Amino acid sequence: MSEHTLDARRLLCPMPVIRTQNKVNELEKGDILTVTCTDPGVLNDIPAWCRINGHEVLNTSQEDDEIFITVKVC
Amino acid sequence: MSKQYKAAALISGGLDSLLAAKVMLEQGIHVEGINFFTGFCVEGHTAAIRKKQQDKPKRNNALWSAEQLGIKLHIVDIVEEYKDVLINPKHGYGANMNPCLDCKIFMVKKAKQWIEENDFDFIITGEVMGQRPMSQRKEVMPVVVDESGAGDLLLRPLCAKNLPKTKPEIEGWVDREKLLAFHGRNRKPQMALAKEFGFEDYASPAGGCCFLTDENYATKLVDLWQARSTRDYEMDDIMLLKVGRHLRPKPYFKLIVGREEGENKFMQGYTKMFTNIKTVSHAGPLTLIDGPADKEDLEYAAQIVARYSQGKNEEAVTLQISRVNEDPYEVTVKPLTADEVKQEWHV
Repeated sequence: MSEHTLDARRLLCPMPVIRTQNKVNELEKGDILTVTCTDPGVLNDIPAWCRINGHEVLNTSQEDDEIFITVKVC
Repeated sequence: MSKQYKAAALISGGLDSLLAAKVMLEQGIHVEGINFFTGFCVEGHTAAIRKKQQDKPKRNNALWSAEQLGIKLHIVDIVEEYKDVLINPKHGYGANMNPCLDCKIFMVKKAKQWIEENDFDFIITGEVMGQRPMSQRKEVMPVVVDESGAGDLLLRPLCAKNLPKTKPEIEGWVDREKLLAFHGRNRKPQMALAKEFGFEDYASPAGGCCFLTDENYATKLVDLWQARSTRDYEMDDIMLLKVGRHLRPKPYFKLIVGREEGENKFMQGYTKMFTNIKTVSHAGPLTLIDGPADKEDLEYAAQIVARYSQGKNEEAVTLQISRVNEDPYEVTVKPLTADEVKQEWHV
């Protein structure tokens, strides 16, 4: 298991979802990915993408204008 | 145990692609969705930018469709490749800058590549014969089949009975009798089928999903190409055409004036790439300058920006002008009057 980060700031949906998808596809089962975004749309879209593709959202948080979503690759 | 055949469904987020995929699932086909992102997709962008729309729940309809169907969705970034489709459409444009037929051919072609790479058996789309004036006319449906290279691996479940048999039907992978014969612009059959499947709250039927079909957006794109004397664009250009009030007082530069807080905030991300003007003495919009404006032009632009500030009726408004990689400087100007901001400047 390894931890990874992805910078998707300034990108508007669906680009943060696409970047997350492409990164997850490179990772191994059990890896953890934290995505940093600025488009509030990701609060719906990344969890939805995780649900339909079988991955788990471990945590969602917000600090000022930045949103952090932590995904476990399943 | 017989083989379970696999279909890749083009999922736009609209009702037709949702129904087409469901029809296949009902026949026991393994379906996964593909959603292509061209950069012009209406999904998301503008709603994400404009603050006043942020209170509304926002969803990506392609993801929503996949979740309703219980299928995986693969979102594919085709922004770069799509440029050639838009700039050089073999079959021309629709009512605006929408190259619908070339777009459909391109997407089916990409789907064909995808099924080959991922060991799927065929492709499905939500096309309905006669529904769209450009890409779904009876005479062009075979064009998509031929020019995409998909051939008889392209199945349109919603209107398959109106079309020649495809390989999945000939080989018995799917039962043709259970496919449909929808045609024309009447949406009632789709709505009835949606009800039968228990789909509610689906995206607006017949709703456009592409900015290129929007007259205002298309006008801005053509203006951009004319001003630059080249039919090309970058992702940032596409984004900025969706934001702000665009005014072109001279052929070689235009102003992009933020219309509200959300747009100003979004445009702030572009201030390192564009000359920009901010109001200092009064509340006002952030403005980006696109094009080679000189010092005199920028002072004139400042007068225009002042017109959109809280100081529009004052004698003097102070603004800050920042050129890329240069120290910002301030100017104090008299705002233009409403009459002086010419109607023909509005792109």
